[in-house]
Amino acid sequence: MILRPSTLALLLISLLVTGFSLTAGFHAMGIHDRWDPASGSEEQLELERKTYLISTIMNYVFPLELLSLILLLYTADELHPLFTGAMCAAGTLAVNPYGYPALLVKIVTALLAGVWLIMNHLDSRAFDYPLIRTKYLFLTLMMPLLVVECVLLFSYFSGIKPDIITSCCGSLFSHDSPTLSGDLISLPPVIMQALFFSAMALALLSGILFYRTGRYGQLFSALAAVTFPVSIASIISFIGLYIYELPSHHCPFCLLQKEYHFIGYFLYVPLFIGAVSGISARVISPFSANPSLRRIVPDTRRYLTLVTIICYLLFTLIATVEMIISPLKL
Amino acid sequence: MITLSGVTKAFSCGKPNEFTAVTNVTLEIPPRQVTVFKGPSGSGKTSLLTLIGCMSRPTSGRIQLHGLGVPIPFQEDTAVPLEITGLPERFLTIIRRSIFGFVFQQCNLITGISVLENVMLPAYTSGERLSEVARRALLLLEQFGVARHARQPVELLSGGEAQRVAIARALINNPAIIIADEPTAHLDSKLSQEFMEIVSGLKRDGKSILIASHDPIVFDSGIIDRVVEMRDGTILDDRSVR
Amino acid sequence: MIRTGERQRNILEFALSSLHRRRGRNLSLLAMYVLIIFVLASLLFFVSALKREAALVLHDAPDLIVQRMIAGRQELIPVEYGAEIASIRGVAEVRSRLWGYYFDSWNGANYTVIAHNSPTGTEGGAAIGSGVARSRKVKVGEMFPLRTPGTEPLLLEVKTIFPDSSDLRAADLIIISTADFSRLFNFPVGKVTDLAVTVTNVRELPTVAAKIASLHPDSRPILKSEIQRTYQSIFDWRGGMTLLILLSAVLSFIIFAWDRATGLSAEERKEIGILKSIGWETSDVLLLKFWEGCAISLPAFLLGVILAYGHVFFLSAPLFSQALKGWSILYPRFQLVPVVDISQLLVLFFLTVIPYTTATIIPSWRTATIDPDAAMRS
Ligand SMILES: Nc1ncnc2c1ncn2[C@@H]1O[C@H](COP(=O)(O)OP(=O)(O)OP(=O)(O)O)[C@@H](O)[C@H]1O
Ligand SMILES: [Mg+2]
Repeated sequence: MILRPSTLALLLISLLVTGFSLTAGFHAMGIHDRWDPASGSEEQLELERKTYLISTIMNYVFPLELLSLILLLYTADELHPLFTGAMCAAGTLAVNPYGYPALLVKIVTALLAGVWLIMNHLDSRAFDYPLIRTKYLFLTLMMPLLVVECVLLFSYFSGIKPDIITSCCGSLFSHDSPTLSGDLISLPPVIMQALFFSAMALALLSGILFYRTGRYGQLFSALAAVTFPVSIASIISFIGLYIYELPSHHCPFCLLQKEYHFIGYFLYVPLFIGAVSGISARVISPFSANPSLRRIVPDTRRYLTLVTIICYLLFTLIATVEMIISPLKL
Repeated sequence: MITLSGVTKAFSCGKPNEFTAVTNVTLEIPPRQVTVFKGPSGSGKTSLLTLIGCMSRPTSGRIQLHGLGVPIPFQEDTAVPLEITGLPERFLTIIRRSIFGFVFQQCNLITGISVLENVMLPAYTSGERLSEVARRALLLLEQFGVARHARQPVELLSGGEAQRVAIARALINNPAIIIADEPTAHLDSKLSQEFMEIVSGLKRDGKSILIASHDPIVFDSGIIDRVVEMRDGTILDDRSVR
Repeated sequence: MIRTGERQRNILEFALSSLHRRRGRNLSLLAMYVLIIFVLASLLFFVSALKREAALVLHDAPDLIVQRMIAGRQELIPVEYGAEIASIRGVAEVRSRLWGYYFDSWNGANYTVIAHNSPTGTEGGAAIGSGVARSRKVKVGEMFPLRTPGTEPLLLEVKTIFPDSSDLRAADLIIISTADFSRLFNFPVGKVTDLAVTVTNVRELPTVAAKIASLHPDSRPILKSEIQRTYQSIFDWRGGMTLLILLSAVLSFIIFAWDRATGLSAEERKEIGILKSIGWETSDVLLLKFWEGCAISLPAFLLGVILAYGHVFFLSAPLFSQALKGWSILYPRFQLVPVVDISQLLVLFFLTVIPYTTATIIPSWRTATIDPDAAMRS
């Protein structure tokens, strides 16, 4: 266990988020089971009041998840001197088997929470709560994930002991490591670059097509969803190399540091927002079958598509500029 | 026009202290008229007005608003009557804000802020520019002769002035229907007369006015179009006085 | 449909005017809030500044230090060990170091005494830290005595006084010549305190350390990185413990905030009732509460952080220095280099503002869901 302000803060926030979300999930289950829009009974009025509580909590939990994600990376980075062989966040997260799963689950929950908020917003714009059951079922299903996240984070920090020899980004993300990340970068950068630019181009093209004509919406969302992991893989595979100006430093975290002008945030944040809105555009598309959402859903989808296009464009632009200005040539 | 059919409001449903404040009320309220609800204390006048005014929802029955003449953001076709019974609070509030103005028994002004701000309050949440709202509020205060108190805190107003400020507040969003619950209960007879003057002015401006009252000055006044008599949550009598 | 920006602005405006109306109550809340943030921020800034100082101090420490252990205690190491270690491949240089602590019974302070044969360290002369100079009330050119195991005290002339600097170590230093050092402690001949080893290639440090350990099983090689890590852990631990204690203060503040948010005054409740009856919706009231929270939290945060910054970096943290800086009473006046990074602010935000906001969410929701017809019935 490491007793540091940052680890304490992370654990505290994790407890708060989990506790709060469980409260929300508990009420959500109640609403899911007992909701009856036809009734004017007091119970129904009470349930309706609770929808406000749940929205408030989720509106609060989502930014907290994002902020604590940032803090987790910061902390991991700050702890690396405590571990022989760890050179940055990548090494610190690998000191025990809970670090990377915790990070992954955190990213997934943040993604899902974002999708949920968009769904919730959509529901609040219709006058008959058309999505109430769906969205609260979704929320209830998210609960186990939040609990898992909290447990993983606690296991990670309590299992962490300074001075364990760990692999750091040098070996974890180096060519001979048999993990997925190792496979990723053993692909020649040219292939990865081709993959990245074509995925991005397809996603953007289909997005523009959908925005202009209203067709190929599903294709766009699928491409937007695929582009998210492809882009992260590309950061590990080659974008990072250009930023670090080192031909073998495959680390997705170091670029969040001050040495690299926090460029990581300018890459990850648009990527994340773009992915959330791109995926949401797909998730909400079946809801246009609801009479009260008939007009709202297409508008929202168009809007979400625009957000994805702008965010992904921004990401590509920053990555390309970094590649061009970097003295490193692969 | 407002139509109510089989409207019932019960409190503490399913509990031993269950109480039905409004029982199976069916009623039509025509536009641009002054309608007075009278009846003894506890007969359900306030409850009925809160139902009509989108402040609470009936336990059963339906309430519809016809020919509002105001665009409601989520309503696709303004010609169809607007059913307000099952709407979420969010939409009830939008309707309440744009169609109804309320005058309460107590003036219910917020102490500590100025007269002007009190009048502007209902418009804060509709996303209008405050300078525009303030301009309208000053016009209304002018109309009711309290403009020179605009910057004063409300606690310094006299009873009649406070009442007029409350009316100005009810009118800030230019509602089609004014709901007044026992508006003259705290006024002496001269001020009550003055209040009825104001009501007649509003009626001339084409507003519908619903008043709950057991004050003879109100229901004996010449400007009343209809009197609805209530007892124990039901309507005893509904007659036109013209 | 609703111009959101304008709505936010209007509600914010009303939130500010509400806070202003109840300023007595809100100022007391603000004061507590600022105090909590100030204390926590001071602690965070102070610990991390100390850690940085320690890291700087260690920066020019030797890569490897060799000590000798006998029966689990550190002993003096024979000089010959140095020569043998110097012959290990990869070792660039071995320096013998003579140093120790001098307890000054006169004022209860501990000085670090180092033997060094440099121009300032000529026999009978000493270079001293500003802390020593202050506690002994000596100036350059004056003499001061140190007790020796023998009958004669050692008289030293102050040649140099290290200026007040950010260097933690410098304050309690006394640098004297090797001969004076031997006299002062009656130090055995042919022994030194420890050996400082420099290697040609840093990557070979672990190998060299292992070779030394096998050459002299009674020696203990210590890597610089190990010291660094240990230092960090000690600061972490001390800082963490203090933080835990302080978190109980945060907790009581949270309970206070919760209590205040729940125990809404009748007047406030009536006000919300009026707002709802005249056309405010639950989410408008929630937004009002949100802006009220921001209007308290953000100034409190800013003020607390600024005060803490001044406290730590201009006043050198009088509140914590005794508890955290260590054993020596000699560090009364040193300036920490002001550095604050984003992650510290984020941590601080997480430990103060978030708990406060959390405590007010459910009470705010309760307030916001007051029935709109409540105003009709008061
Ligand atoms: N929230 C509530 N819970 C239980 N009973 C209620 C509630 N609100 C109102 N009532 C009851 O409903 C009945 C009707 O009340 P209402 O206020 O509508 O009467 P009213 O005609 O306006 O009377 P008054 O002339 O005194 O204002 C009363 O007996 C009251 O006690
Ligand atoms: Mg009444």
